[in-house]
Amino acid sequence: MIMAEKIVPLTGNYAIAEAMRQINPEVVAAYPITPQSSIVEMFSQFVSDGKVDTEMVRVESEHSAMSAVVGASLTGVRAMTATCSAGLALMWEIAGVASGLRCPIVMAIANRAISAPINIHCDHSDTMGARDLSWIQIYCENAQEAYETMFLALKLAEHKDVQLPVMVCEDGFITSHCVQNVKIYDDHVMRNFVGERKSVDNLFNFENPIAMGSIELQDYYFETKRQQQQAMSRALKVYLEVGNELSKVTGNDYGYVESYKMDDAEVAIITMSSSAGTTKTVVDRMREEGKKVGLIKLRLYRPFPHGEIRRSFKGIKAIGVLERAFAYGANAPLLSDVKSAIYELSEKPKLQSYVFGMGGRDLLEEHVEHAFNELLAGKTVKEEKYLGLRE
Amino acid sequence: MNIKEIAEKKKKLTSGHRMCGGCAVPIIVNTILSSTDDQIVVSNATGCLEVASTIYPYSSWNVPWMHSAFENAASSISGIVAAYEALKRKGKMKKEVKFVAFGGDGGTYDIGIQALSGALERNHNFVYVCYDNEAYCNTGGQRSSATPFGASATTDPAGSVRPGKLEFRKDLVKIVAAHNIPYVAQASVSNLPDLSAKAKKAFDVKGPAFLLVFSTCPTIWGSKTEDTVDIAKMAVDTCIWPLYEIENGKYKINYKPSNKRPVEDFLKSQRRFKHLFSLSNKKIVEEIQNHVDSEWEKLLQLET
Repeated sequence: MIMAEKIVPLTGNYAIAEAMRQINPEVVAAYPITPQSSIVEMFSQFVSDGKVDTEMVRVESEHSAMSAVVGASLTGVRAMTATCSAGLALMWEIAGVASGLRCPIVMAIANRAISAPINIHCDHSDTMGARDLSWIQIYCENAQEAYETMFLALKLAEHKDVQLPVMVCEDGFITSHCVQNVKIYDDHVMRNFVGERKSVDNLFNFENPIAMGSIELQDYYFETKRQQQQAMSRALKVYLEVGNELSKVTGNDYGYVESYKMDDAEVAIITMSSSAGTTKTVVDRMREEGKKVGLIKLRLYRPFPHGEIRRSFKGIKAIGVLERAFAYGANAPLLSDVKSAIYELSEKPKLQSYVFGMGGRDLLEEHVEHAFNELLAGKTVKEEKYLGLRE
Repeated sequence: MNIKEIAEKKKKLTSGHRMCGGCAVPIIVNTILSSTDDQIVVSNATGCLEVASTIYPYSSWNVPWMHSAFENAASSISGIVAAYEALKRKGKMKKEVKFVAFGGDGGTYDIGIQALSGALERNHNFVYVCYDNEAYCNTGGQRSSATPFGASATTDPAGSVRPGKLEFRKDLVKIVAAHNIPYVAQASVSNLPDLSAKAKKAFDVKGPAFLLVFSTCPTIWGSKTEDTVDIAKMAVDTCIWPLYEIENGKYKINYKPSNKRPVEDFLKSQRRFKHLFSLSNKKIVEEIQNHVDSEWEKLLQLET
């Protein structure tokens, strides 16, 4: 097959909108919120210009956006939306309905801080607050990854063994509004990749009408939720299968993690999204200085790939967990997950929690270098440390 | 349709559900759904109808039915209608389908009013039905903005210094009508041919339609189960609950009682108003009567 690829300068948001154009879902329901808005603005232009067949529902809130895509998804069609921050918070109730009713919705997120104080810039408080909603969560380093992940997410969500919604996360402003060169693949190739949704059952089956969203009490609820847990476990395997399939189209790898200069690393940083790019630059420079540092960029956060994380850190002396979210009164979210993953290692690496970038505070190369130097010097403590914070 | 014709239609909400004895809701639902021969998809807000008709693994529905949450029956149906339109455009859907959202007064007047307003403004082709039992009757009878002035509710109970609810009901029909949708009507379980005719009109118009239906709740109101229809009829005959419709902006009163009954006749039939008949609360009954009279006069003016 001849692939008419092209390189286009796009923001992360426009790259995501371009993926949505190629996917051409039956229904998109969305409500504007900074810094997500330009995804749905661009997509609305596609609708107005007749470039998609989508029915666009311009709802009056994110709560209704999620409600409408759940309704649409239950009819067996493809339904998508996008949001962040307060919008995701307002959706929270129905986001749980989406996963509970096993709706394979794909939702793009331009990660943004949570009020108060109100702040429109990036951190991961919004999606971390939704990490137990039974949504698959994938974090993207840059616009290219966000674009490609949309296709992976859709096939993963709709896979018969999964049937769960997916959040595709990019960093608000940092990725959503920064123009990068993005390789866009041919429309036919990508549409062929995603194919058609095959729903198990739906609301438009008039011959055998079913009730969706029934009340389940002490006698059934537990089993239903357990099935959700099993689907999440199966998503780990399906993620790799779909990733391999997509790899044949793009030539890129879609592991749970991207392992960067880890082969002989003594210490490592694990982080998600755009901070991985900053960290790679620092790793390159420190490697030139002969320091054995490496990076694990985590892509799939939910379900959490415990085995892969454990294997990645075997033999590592110290790990720095860099993340853009607090878990108030407890270990930061990613730290908790990494800690539980390495529990089974007989020789446990030292761990250091670093919280950075809250409310869009820049993560500088010197911050990352400082963290690496602390890890190399074995200066890890039980307490959380902060990068770029004024004391 | 007359009552016999309505009764002879195959029921789309079958018996075996767990609604209380004397509940008006199943009668309202079946009358409305019997008023079209097209396929139907139902979106249901959390509430009595939802919890009592689909206790897993059972369902009383003979039509496709979905429930998502309390406040989003209107936005859920928005997405379903959008999916239908998309499939029709692609030639993948040939059937004529009607879309109905059911919500109680809590899910409609209160927590769901934003979703309802949005769906009406977006002009989706659907029918929204509010079965109005004037309180959160599924959960014990807490006050809603549809609870009448003077009624005792569990979150606004009659006591020694406060005689129950001191605010008049929200005028939902007028609020909905302000969206300039093609069809809005107020109906009652006491007049099924009128309800059925209104449901048919609601299904037939292009764009959103809204039905507000009086729905007696013996369990919460403290009335006799066998009086459900009589109480609803009394609400109509006192002009507490006029039967009227607004078709493309034009008001029409469907029934004008020749002998308008005093509000006491309605209030006396229910425990929730019992406290109003003590001497100290006499003024409240007068206030209710004055309010009903003035609202009825306003409605007569709107019709002309």
